[in-house]
Amino acid sequence: MTGPPVPTPRGPLSEAVVDALRGKPVAAVEAGDPYGDDLQLALHCCYELHYRGFVGVDPDLEWDPDLLRLRVDLERAFLAALRADVEPSDDVDAEIEALLVEPVGPDVRGLSHHFRRDGTLEQLREYVTHRSVYHLKEADPQAWTIPRIGGAAKAGLVTVEHDEYGSGRPDRMHSVLFAEMMTELGLDAEYGAHVDRVPGETLAEVNLMSLCGLRRSLRGASIGQFALVELTSSPGSERLVRGMCRLGCGPAAIRFYDEHVEADAVHEQVVRRDVLAPLLAAEPDLAADVVFGIRAALFLGDRMQERLLGAWARGVSSLLEPLPTAA
Amino acid sequence: MPDPTRIVLTDDGPALVRGPVELELPDGTRVRSDRAVTAVCLCRRSRRYPICDTAHRRKVRQPEDDR
Repeated sequence: MTGPPVPTPRGPLSEAVVDALRGKPVAAVEAGDPYGDDLQLALHCCYELHYRGFVGVDPDLEWDPDLLRLRVDLERAFLAALRADVEPSDDVDAEIEALLVEPVGPDVRGLSHHFRRDGTLEQLREYVTHRSVYHLKEADPQAWTIPRIGGAAKAGLVTVEHDEYGSGRPDRMHSVLFAEMMTELGLDAEYGAHVDRVPGETLAEVNLMSLCGLRRSLRGASIGQFALVELTSSPGSERLVRGMCRLGCGPAAIRFYDEHVEADAVHEQVVRRDVLAPLLAAEPDLAADVVFGIRAALFLGDRMQERLLGAWARGVSSLLEPLPTAA
Repeated sequence: MPDPTRIVLTDDGPALVRGPVELELPDGTRVRSDRAVTAVCLCRRSRRYPICDTAHRRKVRQPEDDR
């Protein structure tokens, strides 16, 4: 059995899941802080059973009713918190228009702005470590959504996903480009290698993707979350490219973000015209969930950003465990 | 007769062409794109001209005290 190692628990919820992965019965536990490290790691472990699993863990635990019951309890707590923290709206057009305005100036707060201006190489290595939880499975969470929508929107989503998966060329898969960047930066590029290092803020962003991908009722939110990434990634990637050039990173490291400048300029157009428009024409009732997906992802993205920028402003690492020093 | 090449002109951004395409610049340079869809810059602000990099987007200067 292959896969990443089972993560180290961070509290009673993640301990219950990890124990279950090791074959023990699922303990009864109360859901705690919906954004906390413990609940988010517990959810992450539940979701990984649907992706690559863990080394030494029975793959059929993916459909263990007790684990699924626990997962749904955790999801309920996470979802209730997001619904409470995110202002509802069903005006998708207004939401998209707002995302297409680019704030500029010396004080714009954001991770890509930080790296374009004066982020350090060590902070870049940390940033890439956080992002690896998603990018080493880039496009996988949204792939769950493909069978859950139909018609033109499905074809549009597959067009973008196909590009994310390298348009048939394995060496151009975005997850592969990301792994090459990690290697160039002296980071372990194995799938799941850094889960124990990243805080709940980082896991929550990816858990939202898995939650919306795996629940058909949240397919609108999955598309909303995906739209947010595709609409905002191009200018952010450009700033990261400039930051990485400033830091003297090599071409193999820069290639990942460089590719996203052009790719996501196209994906923005495809997502708007060929995914969102036909989806909402076919299923207008999904509008509020599309906005929820966008706003929930923005909300969690801000939390992660503040966790990282806050730690760096205090002069400390944003990771729970330090990285081995670069070779 | 084959289907005509469809080029989608967006209201505020690039022209969208189904790929692969080869774009020839005035100086004879050729730029090839193998993407399923290529966004060709029309505003000429792209740093990657002739490929769109979203430079056409409206920019709003953020005041210094507003974070």
